[in-house]
This record gives sequence, structure tokens and C-alpha cells, in this order.
Amino acid sequence: MQSRHVLELPNDLGAIERSIEYLLERCRDVGFDEAKLRLNLRVGVAEALANAMMYGNRRDPGKRVVLEAWCGPDEVRIRVTDEGHGFDPGALPDPTLPDNRARTCGRGVFLIRQLMDRVEFNDRGNSIEMVLFRPQDGRRAAAAS
Amino acid sequence: MAFEVTKQGEVTVLDVEGQLIVGNRQELKQKVLEELENGERRFLIDFDRTGYIDSSGLGVLVSLSKKIREQGGELRLANLNDDLRTLFELTKLDTLFQISSSRDEALSSF
Repeated sequence: MQSRHVLELPNDLGAIERSIEYLLERCRDVGFDEAKLRLNLRVGVAEALANAMMYGNRRDPGKRVVLEAWCGPDEVRIRVTDEGHGFDPGALPDPTLPDNRARTCGRGVFLIRQLMDRVEFNDRGNSIEMVLFRPQDGRRAAAAS
Repeated sequence: MAFEVTKQGEVTVLDVEGQLIVGNRQELKQKVLEELENGERRFLIDFDRTGYIDSSGLGVLVSLSKKIREQGGELRLANLNDDLRTLFELTKLDTLFQISSSRDEALSSF
């Protein structure tokens, strides 16, 4: 069983948690792995939505964020698109380097890359697509990369 | 998120219930900074009832740690669940904080 969902969200940080809970339920409905939903999917969607609202749309309440999801028992695919000008995801510093560890920001995309199985940005840099696969036997849920 | 502030000897203990995320991180930051301004120097944040911390929440903890240290104080963390511990390990923030597996262990480490 598979399902597709499209949510057009206001540029409001309060909408993030509600959207995540909705998506988690839809993914549970189709039987996707609970541990990967609880940590990996939650982190991926939360960070992507927060980045879209704060940095992509620059907190502009007149803008929207589109969250698309394809949920299946073996694979969950999520796309988050904002109305901003985009950014260069290759230019982000590694927050785990000793000089960067005490920085107060810059961990969102890093966590997405660590916890989602596949991550791609569009050329403009205002849309991120993330995929999670059903975990292999014996594989830790968190060890997506 | 809700949080409760108690005093255990010289340690200000903050219990965080729910999620520490982009939408509410400033509430915790504000409270800790108030206590710091009031002269408190030893802080323990207990995550026993915390389900999730996002990258903004992690950033606030880093910021608070710096501010407390600048005032000659200490911030310690306790009771991270497996998911939270994974986030600290992935970001290597486990090397920046002293993290205890229980509240008692954290309190006795000051």
C-alpha cells in the first residue's frame, strides 16, 4: 500500500510539528519502520521545514512551504520546497570539525544528510528531496549514511 | 515544551518536558539566562522527559554553555534517551558537554 500527500504550509514554525505528526501517522498507516520514523524521518522533515521557513522564505509570513510525501512500506520520499532564491548546499561547513563544534547554528542540513538514506537538492537550491528505505536486518535505524 | 526549575543545593536543575525545538527554544534560553543573571552558576538540564531536540535546540544548548562558562559557571546534561544521544554523537556535541546517564550522577559530578 502506498499513499501520496501534499501539504501547503504557512510560513509558520508552529506548523512544523503538526505536519510531522501527520506524516508520521500516514507512514505508520502503510507499515514503515517505526524506529526510522521516530528519529530519522522526524529529524529530516523538521530540519528541512525549519530551513525552508527561516532561511529559504526568510520568515516572510506571506510565503508558503510545500511538503510532498510518498509513503510506502519499503520507502518514504519527502520533498520540501520554499519560495526563496535557494542556496548552495555544497558550501556548508562541516559542523563536526573541531573549529565548528561550538557554533550555535549550521547543523540542520548535516543531520539530514546523516539520517536520511538519500538527499538531493534541485539546481536552484530551494527544494530538497529526501528518501528513507526500510532498514536492512540488523542495521541500526540511526545509521542511515 | 514545558520546563520545571528546581534547586538542588547549589545546582539549578531544569527538567525539559516534550520537545526542545525551533518554536520554543528561546523560552529555555531566557529562563537559564535569568537564573544566570540572578547569580546562579551551576546548571543541570535533565532530559528524562524530553522526546526530541532539533538542531535549533542543540544550538541553544551550545549558546547557553558558552554564556555560563563566560560567567565562570558549568552546564551539565543528563538522561538523554537513545535518539537524543545519537543526535549528540552525530554532531560530536557529546565532546562539548558533560553528559550523565542519571540525575544523581550529574549532581554529584559538580
